[in-house]
Amino acid sequence: MFEVPSLSDLNVGATLPVTLLALGACVLLVVDLFIPRERKSITAWLTAIGIGVSLVFSLLSLSGAVEFGSGELAFSDMYRADRLTDTINVAALITALLGVMVAYDYLERTRLQRGEYYILLMFSAAGAMLMGAANDLVIVFIALELLSIPLYILSGFRRPQEASEESAMKYFLLGAFASGFLIYGIALIYGATGTTNLPEVWDAVAGVVAEDSAAKFLVMIGAGLVLAGLGFKVAAVPFHMWTPDVYQGAPTPVVAYMSVAAKIGGFAALVRVFGMGLSTFVLESGAPAAWQDTIWLVAVLTMLLGNVVAIVQSDLKRLLAYSTIAHAGYILIAVAAAGTAGLEDTAAQAVVIYLIAYAFTNAGAFAVITAMEKDDASNTSLDALRGLASRCPWLAAAMAVFMLSLTGIPLTAGFVGKWFVFKVALQADLVAAAVVGVLTSAVSAYYYLRVVWMMYFEEGEGDAATPPALAWAIGVAAVGTLVLGALPYLLSDMAREITLAFGG
Amino acid sequence: MTVNEWIFVGLFLALAWLLPATPIILAKFLAPKRPNPIKQQVYECGVETTGNTWVQFRAQYYIYALVFLLFDVEIVFLFPWALAYNKLGLFALFEVVVFIVLLVVALLYTWRKRALEWSS
Repeated sequence: MFEVPSLSDLNVGATLPVTLLALGACVLLVVDLFIPRERKSITAWLTAIGIGVSLVFSLLSLSGAVEFGSGELAFSDMYRADRLTDTINVAALITALLGVMVAYDYLERTRLQRGEYYILLMFSAAGAMLMGAANDLVIVFIALELLSIPLYILSGFRRPQEASEESAMKYFLLGAFASGFLIYGIALIYGATGTTNLPEVWDAVAGVVAEDSAAKFLVMIGAGLVLAGLGFKVAAVPFHMWTPDVYQGAPTPVVAYMSVAAKIGGFAALVRVFGMGLSTFVLESGAPAAWQDTIWLVAVLTMLLGNVVAIVQSDLKRLLAYSTIAHAGYILIAVAAAGTAGLEDTAAQAVVIYLIAYAFTNAGAFAVITAMEKDDASNTSLDALRGLASRCPWLAAAMAVFMLSLTGIPLTAGFVGKWFVFKVALQADLVAAAVVGVLTSAVSAYYYLRVVWMMYFEEGEGDAATPPALAWAIGVAAVGTLVLGALPYLLSDMAREITLAFGG
Repeated sequence: MTVNEWIFVGLFLALAWLLPATPIILAKFLAPKRPNPIKQQVYECGVETTGNTWVQFRAQYYIYALVFLLFDVEIVFLFPWALAYNKLGLFALFEVVVFIVLLVVALLYTWRKRALEWSS
């Protein structure tokens, strides 16, 4: 018979960062109703405080200074609060905080100032955090929906502007389709292993492979479908089609947030599902996991397509959209490396390091576009950059830092991320993928440095407005990018203790 | 579940079709048919129908449908909980309170957003 758990079994303490954020969003939803329309800055502040409190709890948990809850597992083995959870929490919360700061003035000047923006942003951040903490395939799915549905709405936040509505519609339809793939994949894995709990899947998959039964086939198809569903979220080729259109149409502050948050959530879930749950899925003993070849192939395609197509873009938002596709490819190399036995932990560390470096850099780059963009969503073309350095020297300097970091020049955070990713790829004998990664990085230098060139060495009317909150966001992102680049041990120390191993 | 237990599921499935189908089919054959215009009218809660029944509904109805669904689902969860209340203890009470508070937040939101007012 079903045994009724007691309240202490829930271990709510271990889930405090995400529980507090979700609770805060619910409370704010009600509080916001009583805040008059012209004073929505209160909502923005309350959101920032809510995210800040959750961030403090995450950092305390990460530093090990305070032990929250008893043990790693919570909510009947659904939630796992380990080192990976903590680091993903920190990355998601920093992104959310930057997202609020970037959005505030933009919403004010485009008259979109509604409390729902901040509340939806909080909910989706909670979704990204839950994806990193998932210990069960069902939680992966629910967290993905919690991350995605607010993002669909946020993309269309600029209604009745057509581009924004179109972007929301495209994102929603394709996203719902991708969710279908994911849930079908989960169903097949459940069919083969009889469980959705990741450690149990891990156990069961080894048995399934050993028995050489038809279930092996089920796991293979299931893993492929899960990869398709999550690949859509992180914009990996061939599931990338929506990215440029959605990013171009959606309000720029939303893109600054979602281009990072969706990747954090998606890659955290990929690491959990493949690195943890399916790492025992080997077809012959001693060989790497069966999904490794597929993932590194997807990674190579993603890097090639993202970087090559980005070269010909004339719109800055579209250019960065293709750049986000390219970066999904780099991180996927690390995910593929997790397929080699013994490298799961190192690969997960590389993923987290890259994600945190990427969070600062990419959110910052889109924040600069937000500053350039006019109220009617124009002025985001590459030409608008000409001469920006003479009018807004600080903004141009920050943009230059972000572009260098996206290229992966040493002394920027992007370099640290790429270094760890390529290192783990070589350890896993994925030489081809690493070589393609290095070569496409060189290609990407062309279009990233062209941005810098246009700002500094071409004459033009480039102009931007940086109100305080936005200026702070850009400043924090630029300083973060530089500090993490100059002191790489900050990132590696933070990630060092990430382990995916569990009782087996 | 063993195969034998699945047979019961199949039986119930067949029974679920059979029970409502039987009276409908029986009525078809046994009931006397003496139609007149009043009997043929569309049933609208007993009120006399006026005008065309094929009218377009206002799109605003969807909010009512959503709110209705909210409380419809609430009943589905609360009914079994209420039946087994004394066996479930504090844990289930906590879960139900969380559930209802979430619904109240949603209702409060729809109310304050004036979604429940008809003319706007």
